[in-house]
Amino acid sequence: MSSIEFRKDLFADERNDDLKEIGKPTIRQDILGHVTGRSPYYDDHLFDGLLHLKCVRSPHHHARIRSIDTSAIEAMPGIKRVIRPEDVPNNLNTLLSLINFGRDDEALLQGKKVSYVGEPVLAIVAETEALARRACKKVHVEYEVLPHVLDPEEALKPEAPVVNEVYPNNTFDYHDLYDHQKLRFGDTENAFKSADHIIEGRYQLSPIEQAPTETCGAIAAPETNDRYVCYTGTQALFFSLGTTAKLLDMPSSRLHFVGGTVGGGFGGKVDSLHEPLAVLGAHLTGAPVKYTFDRQEEMQVGAPRGAERWFIKDGVMDDGRIVARQFTGLFDAGAYSRLSPYAIVKATGHLPGPYTIPNVSSNVYCVYTNRTPATAMRGFGITAVDFAIETHMDKVATHIGMNPIELRIRNAYRDGDMKAHRRLAKNTALIECCQVAAQKAGVRLSPELMADSSLHGGGIGERVAIPETIVDQDGKIGERRQKNLSLHPGDRSSPLSPVPEGTAGENVVAVPAQDPDMVMEPQRTGHGTGTPSPRSAPLVQAPSVERDRPMPAPQALPQQPTEPANEAAPYKPDKPFDRGVKRPGVSRFISGSRRR
Amino acid sequence: MTIHHGKGFACINYPIGMNLGGDPSQALVHSTPDGKFMVSLSSIDLGQGMKSVTRQIASETLGVPVEDVYVDTADSDTGPHCMGSFASRGTHRVGNAVIRASTEARKAMLEAAAEELEVNADDLDTDGKGNIHVKGSPGRSMTVADTAIAAQFKQGRTLSGRGIFLIPPSEADPETGEMSPVTCFAHAAVVVDVSVDDETGEVEVTGINSAYEVGRALNPKLVEQQLVGGAWMGVSHALYETTEPYYPQRDHGPEDFNTYLMPGPGDVVPHNIAVLERPAEDAPFGGKGPGEMCANPLLPAIANGVFDAVGVRCDELPITPEKVLRGIRENGGPQPQKRLG
Amino acid sequence: MAKTPVQFNLNGSPTAVFSDAGANLLDVLRRDVGDLTPKYGCGQGTCGTCTVLVDGEPRLSCLTLAESIEGCSVETVSGLANGAELDPLQIEFMEGFAAQCGYCTPGMLMAARALLNRNPNPTREDVVEAISGNICRCTGYESIIDAVLRAAARRTGRIA
Repeated sequence: MSSIEFRKDLFADERNDDLKEIGKPTIRQDILGHVTGRSPYYDDHLFDGLLHLKCVRSPHHHARIRSIDTSAIEAMPGIKRVIRPEDVPNNLNTLLSLINFGRDDEALLQGKKVSYVGEPVLAIVAETEALARRACKKVHVEYEVLPHVLDPEEALKPEAPVVNEVYPNNTFDYHDLYDHQKLRFGDTENAFKSADHIIEGRYQLSPIEQAPTETCGAIAAPETNDRYVCYTGTQALFFSLGTTAKLLDMPSSRLHFVGGTVGGGFGGKVDSLHEPLAVLGAHLTGAPVKYTFDRQEEMQVGAPRGAERWFIKDGVMDDGRIVARQFTGLFDAGAYSRLSPYAIVKATGHLPGPYTIPNVSSNVYCVYTNRTPATAMRGFGITAVDFAIETHMDKVATHIGMNPIELRIRNAYRDGDMKAHRRLAKNTALIECCQVAAQKAGVRLSPELMADSSLHGGGIGERVAIPETIVDQDGKIGERRQKNLSLHPGDRSSPLSPVPEGTAGENVVAVPAQDPDMVMEPQRTGHGTGTPSPRSAPLVQAPSVERDRPMPAPQALPQQPTEPANEAAPYKPDKPFDRGVKRPGVSRFISGSRRR
Repeated sequence: MTIHHGKGFACINYPIGMNLGGDPSQALVHSTPDGKFMVSLSSIDLGQGMKSVTRQIASETLGVPVEDVYVDTADSDTGPHCMGSFASRGTHRVGNAVIRASTEARKAMLEAAAEELEVNADDLDTDGKGNIHVKGSPGRSMTVADTAIAAQFKQGRTLSGRGIFLIPPSEADPETGEMSPVTCFAHAAVVVDVSVDDETGEVEVTGINSAYEVGRALNPKLVEQQLVGGAWMGVSHALYETTEPYYPQRDHGPEDFNTYLMPGPGDVVPHNIAVLERPAEDAPFGGKGPGEMCANPLLPAIANGVFDAVGVRCDELPITPEKVLRGIRENGGPQPQKRLG
Repeated sequence: MAKTPVQFNLNGSPTAVFSDAGANLLDVLRRDVGDLTPKYGCGQGTCGTCTVLVDGEPRLSCLTLAESIEGCSVETVSGLANGAELDPLQIEFMEGFAAQCGYCTPGMLMAARALLNRNPNPTREDVVEAISGNICRCTGYESIIDAVLRAAARRTGRIA
């Protein structure tokens, strides 16, 4: 059976383990509610006269709506309201408009052109869920079926149908300049020339459902004082509240959202699809309205973890050093943006994985296709590329005939190393994880590898340098509509120019506490205050493995974490970076006034 | 028919918190009349333990017993803004906001006690058991309850605190991708044991040995829950799950739990975990969110284990028996590798 | 819409409702009776979240026609505890960290209760079989299996 151990011997000199409550296995605050069935999930609020909302959904991947005929249900008893696209006061939104990221591209109810199977075109509010379902089936929608595209590489071809009119090139627009997010560090093309081995791979992850046992949903009801209360299973209360206020053109002060006890989310409950329709239903009927996904909708209409396709090309030396790594990534966003374009920036910041590689490049695309929009899921932006990187590492190890764990340790990032996004690595622990996992599994590593450490060997020479970097202007917005262009960073067609070595902007760190009374005394933070001491135990202890020499005592840490976060350098908002960056504002909307 | 055994390895790091910042969270803390503390949030507990971990953070920071602290979340009328529970941001962002709010409340509490004990507030400390005492002389003390009563009914002082934590928004550079993505990273490495049936193509994960570095295990049992459940989800992702089995074709999409496959209680894989704790500088008590990263290394490790067992590269997830069988056939038969002994 | 009177015993109390024609037991318990402990997970009989006991046997209340329980005895999590005294299953789920989001917990508890009623000394395999119709997305099941085994031991006095 399973087991867990806490390796308190590792990094012991960076930690105080004598805290009073932190580190204790205190039982969950919510557990009594869970085992008595009394934890209040959103659906555990009863209302007299509760109405139920269901959506009429597109049966087509891509089709123009010619007409909608609701005459068959108008006389049906128990039908309280048909909600049409024109009933939504501000019927265009994108989730991340709340942080000023991306253009509004998705209607709450689609009135013109459906772009995926399951897209809602009409909502029906009825006395029972069964009645609402029956009524949905009786609505006659006449569609003009359009050509569709489902493969992200096909969607990037000049002749591909336009999935999303707001992004007519089937790609998200990055920085108003490019159809992808670039990463350039050094010169991968040049480095490939001198590599002993070139190893390439193509990887793919299909869409995955979050599958929480509680499906997504919300109940809204008119409240006294001319407000609406909304019980919701959202993962982000104010995201859902703000999205509702925006779509319904309603002051956020009229919305009272209650949640916080959710039956699993895993990323699938951020999209805020239910709250706006439930509140709109309550607004239009004056009655409490519940809108929830059934399991079938949760599986196929609710946004999954999107598919991703990754290409990796490595330049590797005989001794296992990876000298260049190039990525091409395709995020299949489905028909609308939701959170995909943001995850691509996250993925780009993650490259080339937890390794120090002197030349890295990537092009990552957010591609629109005629499928269910994708959204967040556990490990969002990282899971698929980690699958690609780590499967590729295994391939590299096989190719050069090296133990796969040794290859990782040889290339692992260490404290003080420069990362491809031009910030220093700190607080790293990859090597130690490799050592401990190998040890637990009884995989033999050499004494030299077992004695290695994240604290050593980093931050020196080439490892800390920001190399001269070759940049290009490939993939300008719309270029791909005119002609077939390569997706890969290596196939450079535009003029190249160098960014001088050492070019880096300012790091962005947390805003200090607004009041000194909010700053915890350093000695109470529990870390970074221990006296540096030799590592108290060697890593290798398992009797099945030959005992290796103890790990050497750490030298002075490159970055001893002695200060709490709030004493870090203050943020300088006027100049966060030195190149090509505009200061993004926090949404005015979320602070109380509406966006227009 | 032969069952082939293999080992697969993978290691990862994971960024903690919303990439590129701009995701504040707030907390309010106040004392009841007799010195119990309420933490008001609008953060979401979707099973990860938000209510519990913020309660423990508040207890530690205030210096009062955890039984005397309750977390109330999420009501938009009373809980101050939080961006939400995603991107492994809860422990880091909300935890830091709770620390700030609790620190301010603690400061007020010690000042109130100082007035009663006629000492300097800086000379006071808490014992975590409900008492405030003069440092070095535990005899000179008073209870948190008496302090709260004195503060609110005699001194006219509120024992409350506000906290917000924000990493300001920034952007990526269009040409180089330069950015300040996040401020701390969790780490993991796993070795999986797999067996592959060369007649059916079925893959079974028979064991997991893992090392997870989480900064600090703020509550070791909550960390264990995440790591065990997350690794289970990783196995599930690797071998079974997808809403589009023939992606990019849209057909054959599962619509229920009979066709959307996940391992059941009979498929529990023995999982031996080691937790490493290297506190992160700006994380609450050094703790990084373990919730998301725990699943990630399992996917490639299992793919690598299948290669080790039968020599088939499964570069497309999920690793279905069909893909494994086709691979074996293409290779002219299973080709065991045995690279990890 | 025509309503049908249904009388049954809920956690030891005589209960009567007027049920909509074709209504399922889950809806009747939650909406008409106000017992919110059984949860909706799929409505397809595939997740076990709505499991209740009918005459001692585990039933998926989402697939059970309300009219069919006329005269039956129905048990839900509301009836598990003896007043303020929690059932051993509840104690072990609580202390064994056998719940995360908690949404599958009521169904798990009832499936486990049915097992322990008919087999006070189950093996691990018995527990696995008993909860094999119940989906948990958070825990990976092991903590749940362990909690049921410990509860069995506690009930039969093998542990205090």
